[in-house]
Amino acid sequence: MNKAEILVIDDEAQMRKLLEITLQSNDYIIKEATTAREGIALAASHPPDMILLDIGLPDEDGHSVLKKLREWYTNPIIILSVQSSEEDIVKALDNGANDYLVKPFRTGELLARMRSALRLAVPEDANPVFKSDDLVIDLATRTVKKNNETIKLTATEYTLLALFVKNEGKVLTHHYLLREVWGPGYIDQSQYLRVFIAQLRKKIENDPNRPELIVTESGVGYRFVSKE
Amino acid sequence: MANLFINRVSKRNQYLLSTLLICCISILCYGLSTYIGYRVIAFILLITVSLIAMVFDILPVLFAALLTALIWDFFFIPPYFTFRVSSTEDRIFLLMYFVIAMINAVLTYKIRRVERAVREKEEKSNTLKLYNTLFNSLSHELRTPIAAIIGATDNLQANNAKLTAQNRNELVGEIAKASFRLDQQVENLLNMSRLESGFIQPKEDWCDINEMIYGQVKAIEENKIAQKISININPDIPLFKLDKGMLEQVVYNLLNNATIYTPPENKISISAMSYADVLQIVIEDNGQGFPPQEITHVFDKFYRLKNTSAGGTGLGLSIVKGFTVAMGGDVTLENVSTGGARFTINIPAKTSYLKNIKNE
Repeated sequence: MNKAEILVIDDEAQMRKLLEITLQSNDYIIKEATTAREGIALAASHPPDMILLDIGLPDEDGHSVLKKLREWYTNPIIILSVQSSEEDIVKALDNGANDYLVKPFRTGELLARMRSALRLAVPEDANPVFKSDDLVIDLATRTVKKNNETIKLTATEYTLLALFVKNEGKVLTHHYLLREVWGPGYIDQSQYLRVFIAQLRKKIENDPNRPELIVTESGVGYRFVSKE
Repeated sequence: MANLFINRVSKRNQYLLSTLLICCISILCYGLSTYIGYRVIAFILLITVSLIAMVFDILPVLFAALLTALIWDFFFIPPYFTFRVSSTEDRIFLLMYFVIAMINAVLTYKIRRVERAVREKEEKSNTLKLYNTLFNSLSHELRTPIAAIIGATDNLQANNAKLTAQNRNELVGEIAKASFRLDQQVENLLNMSRLESGFIQPKEDWCDINEMIYGQVKAIEENKIAQKISININPDIPLFKLDKGMLEQVVYNLLNNATIYTPPENKISISAMSYADVLQIVIEDNGQGFPPQEITHVFDKFYRLKNTSAGGTGLGLSIVKGFTVAMGGDVTLENVSTGGARFTINIPAKTSYLKNIKNE
């Protein structure tokens, strides 16, 4: 996966400089665009492995750029935004963004998100067994083990967990989870999600009050993180 | 209050309301005219005009004065049902009535205008005072980290050979610290302006209080604090439907305050419980508490305790207050008898005990 090509679309020179240094020093090839028009043209002429898209561009709204790109571009897109407006973020995720970062963000966070998005881009269907620390989830046999002991999950809890495992590292919005697990009629019934997340944490986390696997992204959704 | 009322009532409605009131009073007086003399009725009408003058604009009031004079003349001064007045005494009386009503209207209006001018001036000076406090605390709170960043980068860019690797690391550390401080201040200012704009609308969603509190405590502990925070949440606490983002900010600011203003060996405790659809969160420390005479001011915008060290904009607690009130709740502060401060937040909200229902 070395030398992945990353297209950065951001109008702020300082931001581009920072990303250029960060990405180059981590073995990525970086291409830069300062406007939406230039970014779309660059992406079309030579599709990069990933796009980092600033949501506040001078010539066009980032959300519409995202929609245009998603008409044909299938590689990961990570949104960069200065507003920590949750609605904005949820909208971007629902429009097909893989992940988001709110400026100011930490470099380590950026690289972690990029790694996980790039990893998701290459589906590993061959290996349906997920391992993190002492937790083993086998999607083929539908079994979940912690410390070598089988954990009993209800059908809904398992569906939820399997969805998380398949989207490891990616933030899943409340609406997405409710629609996928409970069905389209339930997308406003967030209390179900709260209850099942709490129950799932009690079963798989070491300390359910300080979750390390199912992490809350406040106002947006949840992210399943594996311990390396 | 009266002022607000005028602003809401349009000119046309002012005429309408005045006419309506005068008609009602006149009819009442007409019914009583067998018991009281028409000169007493003149005074009753005069009082009506005065009352109208207290709340309405000048033109409707002058109109009311004219109308009452005509009504009095037509219905009450003998001979009745004609504008003709027979006795000279009554003619003088009518003229005097009209003049007094006019003077009354004009004077009341003038007094109101002067009052408004005074109030506006007062508001202006209050705003000015507020802005001065803001500029003072902001220039300190923003300039200090900026100065640290500029100073540190200057040192690093100068490429001085005497700068040891450890010095360099420390300088970079200072830049990082200053940036976080700036970010925190900007966050506070943005929240404050959201509150000031008056457009703040809580976005309600089901919130797991347990998760929210542990999350905020974790965020505070990431600041490498010296104090211990103990958490005590009733395990049967239901889900609450409220704005989680706002509640997080409230809890964060209170915890942050407690960690900044109490000595390192102190203990901070946070507890949450629910009773009758009200969420109660209590944050307590065993520090020195607040000076009793200043407790009523701590939630004021830009208010800072006297004799506190530099730092802080006086925004943290006013945001706590603003957000809590915006969510329909309230926050109180008291000193604990054993020493320390106790903040109590009460927020009424919808609850869901779905949590306790076994699934499938």
